[in-house]
Amino acid sequence: MNALVRTGWRSWLSAEVAQSAWQASAQRAWLGWRRFLGNPLAVAGLAVIVALMVVALAAPWIATHDPYAQDLAARLLPPGAGHWFGTDEVGRDVFSRVVYGSRITLEIVFLVAIIVAPIGLAIGTVSGYAGGWLDTVLMRVTDIFLAFPGLVLALAFVAALGPGLFNAVIAIALTHWPGFARLARAETLVVRHADYVSASRIQGASPMRIVLRHVVPMCLPSVIVRTSLSMAGVILTAAGLGFLGLGAQPPSPEWGAMLASGRRFLIDYWWMPTFPGLAILLVSLAFNLLGDGLRDVLDPRSE
Amino acid sequence: MTLAGLAALTFFIGRVMPVDPVIAIVGEQADQETYRAVRAQLGLDRPLPVQFAYYVRDIATGNFGTAIATGHPVIEDIRRVFPATLELATLALLTGVLLGVPLGIAAAVWRGRGPDHAVRLFGLVGYSVPHFWLGLIALVVFYARLHWIGGSGRVSVANVDLVPSVTGMILVDSALDRNWDVFRDALRHIAMPALILATTSMAYLSRMTRSFMLEQLGQEYVTTARIKGLSGFGVTWHAFRNIAVPLVTVVVLAYGGLLDGAVLTETVFGWPGFGQYLTSGLLAGDMNVVLTCTLLVGVIFLALNLLSDVLYRTLDPRTR
Amino acid sequence: MSEPLLEVEDLRVAFESAHGQVEAVRGVSFAVGREKVGIVGESGSGKTMTGRCVLRIPPPTAHVSAKRIAFRGEDLLTASEARMRAIRGRRISMILQDPKFSLNPVMRVGEQVAESFRIHHPGSRREARDRALDMLGQVRIRDPKRVYGLYPHEVSGGMGQRIMIAMMLVPAPELLIADEPTSALDVTVRTQVLAILDDLVAGRGLGLVFVSHDLNLVATFCDRVLVMYAGRIVEECAAGDLGHARHPYTRALLAATPRLDRPRERLAVMERDAAWLEA
Repeated sequence: MNALVRTGWRSWLSAEVAQSAWQASAQRAWLGWRRFLGNPLAVAGLAVIVALMVVALAAPWIATHDPYAQDLAARLLPPGAGHWFGTDEVGRDVFSRVVYGSRITLEIVFLVAIIVAPIGLAIGTVSGYAGGWLDTVLMRVTDIFLAFPGLVLALAFVAALGPGLFNAVIAIALTHWPGFARLARAETLVVRHADYVSASRIQGASPMRIVLRHVVPMCLPSVIVRTSLSMAGVILTAAGLGFLGLGAQPPSPEWGAMLASGRRFLIDYWWMPTFPGLAILLVSLAFNLLGDGLRDVLDPRSE
Repeated sequence: MTLAGLAALTFFIGRVMPVDPVIAIVGEQADQETYRAVRAQLGLDRPLPVQFAYYVRDIATGNFGTAIATGHPVIEDIRRVFPATLELATLALLTGVLLGVPLGIAAAVWRGRGPDHAVRLFGLVGYSVPHFWLGLIALVVFYARLHWIGGSGRVSVANVDLVPSVTGMILVDSALDRNWDVFRDALRHIAMPALILATTSMAYLSRMTRSFMLEQLGQEYVTTARIKGLSGFGVTWHAFRNIAVPLVTVVVLAYGGLLDGAVLTETVFGWPGFGQYLTSGLLAGDMNVVLTCTLLVGVIFLALNLLSDVLYRTLDPRTR
Repeated sequence: MSEPLLEVEDLRVAFESAHGQVEAVRGVSFAVGREKVGIVGESGSGKTMTGRCVLRIPPPTAHVSAKRIAFRGEDLLTASEARMRAIRGRRISMILQDPKFSLNPVMRVGEQVAESFRIHHPGSRREARDRALDMLGQVRIRDPKRVYGLYPHEVSGGMGQRIMIAMMLVPAPELLIADEPTSALDVTVRTQVLAILDDLVAGRGLGLVFVSHDLNLVATFCDRVLVMYAGRIVEECAAGDLGHARHPYTRALLAATPRLDRPRERLAVMERDAAWLEA
């Protein structure tokens, strides 16, 4: 750390030869970050997602009205000074609803991500490393789940569990985890026979330790990339469920549900479904861009 | 083997739900007697493994239960609504292929330049757009404002059931019947949903095509083709011949993905197909419908995957 | 040597890289007549790039410049792309290294040979097929009709390379560039393919540019030898005169080759001199 203080962090990060493992990792991260910055679209994606988080957290200050407040005198107003995105059929301000809707979207994304990624990673690495009957069984299970396209399976789960935000999250998570498990398993199979893993085993490391310390870090880059890309699809699926009335229930300002209620009024009051739809598009696009950018940085051999 | 798993999964889903299927049938006001009778009739008073055995037997004999809304056996309902979805999905796939593949080729050939960026951007947006929203917008613009396309349903009210139903696909049937008015009407109605449905597969196919082509264009035989004096088009054709087989397998898989998108698209456009049947069953809490439809989709998906594998093996001269 | 077929003057090829411009070819000049000229060099010497630039098919990221590249007096630098397409295959042709990769895997080999002819003589498919069969016979393939219908993965390396030669000679070019034509072949097959190449080149009076990393091979096969190092030609002499080579790089190459008639305990290891980069 003395070197850091003496020569400044920039030169520490760009030094030709790293003096410690910590410095080497930091250098690699910094180089990756620089490469990421060179991709304007990916940066834009990241910016949008950060903006989403800011909007969601600061919703009470950004929104102009209470998203649940009805004002029948101000129904179906077009976008204007008082209501930036207009009002809906019971006089609620669309802009505020979109802003608060970002909280729901973020909630869904976050919850699905922290359920799916660790579980998929765990199952995939264990399955790949252990091999044998455990592998076969687990892969059969993922195969069964993967046999159904995303939305249909989620619909089935929601049908069983009943409508509601939390149930929607569970349903979506159940449809996405197999993809992660497969990915993690594929990576594990590659790493399993590496020399350093064998060396670790010879030294007496337990399988648990090997998996955690050696296998999982190798899987992380592709899992991270996949998480971002999956979230784009998750948002669309969640919106789809909301559209069918199966997600967050009214009067919750969930974007998909707003599209459904705006549908009747679409022809003459276009602003009702348009803005939530644009919001969905923007956030989904952002996750796709971020995922692509991350893939270029973390996994350059694919392209 | 996986089929058994499919059955297991759908059975499991069916039993997990908190909604009581008996109540759904007899209503909340029914007395104890009726409740117990229906419950026995549905076999719900037996232990779980026995129920599963019944379930499997039912499926194997084609008995998928009765739909609550229509009162008909689910399997008949599905047979009725499926051609509509088939027509839509097939048209969407054709559109996706005819538009997506050339775009992908163009992106690969002019890599890094204008067409490449445009195609990739288009692909990205195609992946990210909620296409049920796109469908809504399209309806407003092209139907309500511009009157270019037909509204909901497969044909205008006047033309319903005008043409003898041979395949269940109105475009085909009206062509067979030489009734061009109905054909045009049907075309006007199917154009938008097919196009919207196609956007996802277009994005996917253009991306895969681009990726395949780029891989081939870096190969030595492409240099050989250039040395021989072939024009750009000839060289591209050489490369394309090599991706034709993997592309076919990808197209087959894309067809499966279309079934997924059909669910929402049909709801938006009021298209009386399989997807709408599923969602209406869903909203009514009719588990028979939902589970059967889900099972069916799973089976189709599996079949398509299998077909994809088989095609790859038979078409590639190297594996013969 | 009568009037030269190919003249190259001050050819330079550069690439953009993370560390600025990298020059792969730095001012190469030579001429080729109706003779066999060998270009010898190690990987990275720029020898392959030279061949590709003559045909004007460099990698897309390369910057190519030269004072002059001319074929029978015609300037190739300023020729239109359409004109170059007419020249490629018809007047100047090139054989690549490994038929496993240089032949189109999903097209029958006979079709590929016939296509070569058809590109420059559009019209009769029958005539193209006949010419292809004839050419396959000339490269000593014993059953041309059967081989015509095979796919590249169904033929051996030696046969594949002979098919490559047939494919490139069927439109009757005047200059042939051979880029490591035997490097991917077994040693036993090598002699065979070289013999065929020799016959065809001599029989048709073609000019041949033989690019290789194998100094011995080039010395025995060619009339003249050009030695390339780090993008420059460092030695130019008749094949027989190689023993009197002057440049230290060439001498080091010669010293490092094992010889049956003068066996040594240790092979000499080349010491690279930075001065060679400036020569």
